[in-house]
Amino acid sequence: MDKATHDLHDSYQQMVKVATPKPNYVKNIALAFLAGGGICVIGQLVYNLVDPVEPTSAETAAITLATMIALGALATGLGVYDWLAERVGMGAAVPITGFSNTVTAAAMEFKREGYLLGMGAKMFVIAGPVLVYGILSGFAITLLRAVFTGMLF
Amino acid sequence: MARKLQGLQTIAFDLSPKIVGSATIAGPKEKKGNLAPYIDNLVPDPMLGEQTPEKAERKLLYQTCQEALARAKLTEHDMDFFLGGDLLNQIISSSFCARDLGIPFIGIYGACSSIVEGLGLGAMLVDGEYADQVLIATSSHYQASERQFRYPIELNIQHKGTSQWTVTGAGAAVLSTQGEGPRITCVTFGRVTDYGIKSPDIMGAAMAPAANDTLCRHFQDTNTSPGDYDLVLTGDLGNMGQKLFMDLAKEAGHTLGTKHMDVGATIYKPQQRAGAGGSGCACAALGILGYVIKEMYQGRYRRVLALATGALFSPLSYQQGDSIAGIAHAIVMENP
Repeated sequence: MDKATHDLHDSYQQMVKVATPKPNYVKNIALAFLAGGGICVIGQLVYNLVDPVEPTSAETAAITLATMIALGALATGLGVYDWLAERVGMGAAVPITGFSNTVTAAAMEFKREGYLLGMGAKMFVIAGPVLVYGILSGFAITLLRAVFTGMLF
Repeated sequence: MARKLQGLQTIAFDLSPKIVGSATIAGPKEKKGNLAPYIDNLVPDPMLGEQTPEKAERKLLYQTCQEALARAKLTEHDMDFFLGGDLLNQIISSSFCARDLGIPFIGIYGACSSIVEGLGLGAMLVDGEYADQVLIATSSHYQASERQFRYPIELNIQHKGTSQWTVTGAGAAVLSTQGEGPRITCVTFGRVTDYGIKSPDIMGAAMAPAANDTLCRHFQDTNTSPGDYDLVLTGDLGNMGQKLFMDLAKEAGHTLGTKHMDVGATIYKPQQRAGAGGSGCACAALGILGYVIKEMYQGRYRRVLALATGALFSPLSYQQGDSIAGIAHAIVMENP
């Protein structure tokens, strides 16, 4: 790219920056906090409900997560979750219901291309990277912890 | 020098083919929008009873073609060629529609500028006496485009205020020298213009420089100015893109002011949560074959410069870090 083109691109980027409407951060953050917090409150209610009948807290947590995943999938199937996410953004994306939504949405979307090459192959098209890098970073942190606390040797 | 080539990239017609029949169709979101009174058919179900949005899109296209033919009081057997384009990979909507129509098919792709590319090429075929009648149609479908260019429909995505909403609909036109209708007097084919925009969330910004380039070239080639037109219509620049386009045009010495209208920025109402406005092959088609033609019949506009823009990229190209180039084609429509 010559200098004139480079300068043209730079000055245009500046024009675009000025023309870009600013998102309402305060409103977005508040909505995300309330919605995300609301989903967590539902999770806590499920936890408290299940807690008395489960022997350990690990089992209670597992049931709570499975319930929230099922609720997320159900809301996606009913077409509610994307409506919510459009309004509250990260409030719907961060909780585990959002993760459930990414898998369910992809499964619904690609079912039309068949169960094998459509749904089967593309179900994790959005959630896949979360899994790959989630597991990878979990391994890296555990390794660091093991090295620094002397557990490794 | 070619006799009909005027200036650098404009072709002026002797016979001035007429749009003797046209039809438009759109979905429920467009029905709630500002252009609904100008659209011939508004379908309540965007899937039209089909199993997939791809099938629904080609049904929209086919129905619109039939309607345009009926309005021109012609049938598919009278058509010499069919020029069609859409956004889906390998332009499947147009080619499957052409299969059902049985008219010799010329597939075109200019992204959202396809309708003007088609009208320009069609007018050339008729003006050059290579054809008596040609059919031109383009379509787009929100759901089909989302899954190809973006994410699954039900995914938890918050659309950015600058991103655009693909219009569900189609437009078709029959060009002929026989019959009545607005004339196409010239076409300016644009250059691919790239100002280094990389985000598909600001497509209007990627296309505005192309729109400006074609506008300037058109004025230069035809020795006209904004004052010679009743309306300068752009396809789908959206709120942000049209602002940039007006600024660029002003810098180049063309003040458009109230003569300019952008279909993308107009088609939806602000409360419809459509980001910066509409886009897609159907957007410009609804504007030109719906709004402009009807207003020309009413006598409100006599001479219109219709400029449709397209963003040239694929999910592959932007994921590989390439910038999004724009293109714009323009036609001049005149009342007899």
